[in-house]
Amino acid sequence: MEHTSSEITFHHHTDDETFKKKVKKTTILLSIITIIELLIGLVIYNIHKGENPSAYLVLAFKGMVCILTIAKAYYIVAVFMHLGDEIRNFIMTIVVPLMLFIWFIAAFLIDGNSYKNLRNDYDKHFKETTSPRPHHGHEAPAKPEAPKPEPGKQ
Amino acid sequence: MATTVSTHQTKWWSGGKSPFNVEYGKVMMWYFLMSDAFTFGAFLISYGTIRFSQNFWPDPNVVFNAFPGAGHANLPLAFVSVMTFILIISSVTMVLAVHAGHKGDKASVAKWLAWTIVGGIAFLGCQAWEWHHLITGEHATLIDGQIQMVGQTTTINPWGQLVAAGPELTAALNNSDQHVLASLVHEHHASQLGHAELMKLPKQDLVNMLSNAELHIREKGPVAFGGYFYGITGFHGFHVFSGVIINIVMLIMTQKNVFERRGHYLMIEKAGLYWHFVDLVWVFVFLCFYLI
Repeated sequence: MEHTSSEITFHHHTDDETFKKKVKKTTILLSIITIIELLIGLVIYNIHKGENPSAYLVLAFKGMVCILTIAKAYYIVAVFMHLGDEIRNFIMTIVVPLMLFIWFIAAFLIDGNSYKNLRNDYDKHFKETTSPRPHHGHEAPAKPEAPKPEPGKQ
Repeated sequence: MATTVSTHQTKWWSGGKSPFNVEYGKVMMWYFLMSDAFTFGAFLISYGTIRFSQNFWPDPNVVFNAFPGAGHANLPLAFVSVMTFILIISSVTMVLAVHAGHKGDKASVAKWLAWTIVGGIAFLGCQAWEWHHLITGEHATLIDGQIQMVGQTTTINPWGQLVAAGPELTAALNNSDQHVLASLVHEHHASQLGHAELMKLPKQDLVNMLSNAELHIREKGPVAFGGYFYGITGFHGFHVFSGVIINIVMLIMTQKNVFERRGHYLMIEKAGLYWHFVDLVWVFVFLCFYLI
C-alpha cells in the first residue's frame, strides 16, 4: 500500500499467514486471561462468603487480577494497536508520560486511606456506623480505645 | 521484522523525513488517546480514593449478579463477562478490518467494519439493560427505621451491610408498608398466596411469616458508589457510542469508494486505534468495578 507522503517509508511488512496467526494467538491469550480473571473473581466471592474471610488472601487475589489486567492492556496496545511495530522514539513519547500514573495511583490511594484513618481516629460516629461487622452475629472483640487527641495539637 | 535493520541505519532526525515515520493524523490520534487515558485514569483514581476512604464498600459480586431472563438467580460476574467478550471480539474484527485496509481489500474492510459495529451496538444494549436493571431494581433496604424497596441511583445505594436479625429488624418490619411486606413474603417464598391476597392480610401476619425466613435486608451503603458507577461506565459507554458512529461513517466512506480514490485506508487505522482504546478502557473499568 502506498502512502501519500513520500517522507513516510515505513510499512508493516507482515504477510497474511503470520499476521493471522498473531491475531489468533493474541485473541486466545486475551480470552484465557479474562477467564482466569473471572475465576479469581469467583474465588474472592467465595472467600467473602466463608466463615472467616482472610483480608490478606483477598488482597493477594486482587493483586493477581491487577497484574493480569496490565498484561491484557499490554497485548491490546502492542498487538492490536500495533504500537510495538512503531519506531522506538515514538513509543517512548507515549509510554513515558504514562509513567505519571505510578505516582498518580499511589499518591491518591494513600491519600484516601489516610483520610479514612484520620476519620476513624477523630470521628467515633463514623467508625461505629460504617465499620464492617462480622457475619453470623458474632460480636467483634472490644478494641482498645484510641488515644485521645490532645487539645490544641493538630 | 524486516524493517528493523534499516531503522537503525536511517538518520530519522537529519531532515527530509518524518522522524517518527508515522502519518500526522495517526500521531495525533495517539496523543489524543494518551490524554483520554489520563481523563479515564483520573476518574478511576478518584473512585479509588473515595473507596479507600471508606470502612465499608459494597461487594461487586453482590451488586452485579443478575442476568437477562434469569430472574432472581444469583449469577455473579456472568453478565459482565458476556459484555467483556463482546468488546474483545469486536476489537478483533476491527484488527481484521484494518488489515484488510492495508491490502486495499474494500469488500473485507466493509465486512469486518460491519461486524465491529454490530459488536459495539450489542455492548451498548447490554449496558442499557444493566443500568435499567440497577436503577429500577427493588432491594429491601433499612432506611430511617423501616424497610423500603429501592434501586441503585446516584443518591441512594441499597448495598450496605446486612442487617442481623434482632429487635431492630423486627421493629423496622412492623414500621414498614404493607406493600413492602407483601413483596418480601413473596420474594422469600414464605407463603403460597399471591401478592394481591397478601395485601389483604393483617400486617402482623406478614411480619410473622417473615420472622421464619432468612431475610437479606441491607443498610444503606456508601452513596458515592452509584455516582461513580454511572459516571464512569456512562463516560465509557459514550466513548463506545461515538466509536460506533465513527465506524458507521467509515463504513459509508468505504462503500462510497472514498478510500479507494485516496489510494489508502489510513482513516480506518485511526478509527481502529480509537476503537481499541475503548476496549482498553473497558479492561480497566471491568477491573475496578466488577473484579476488585
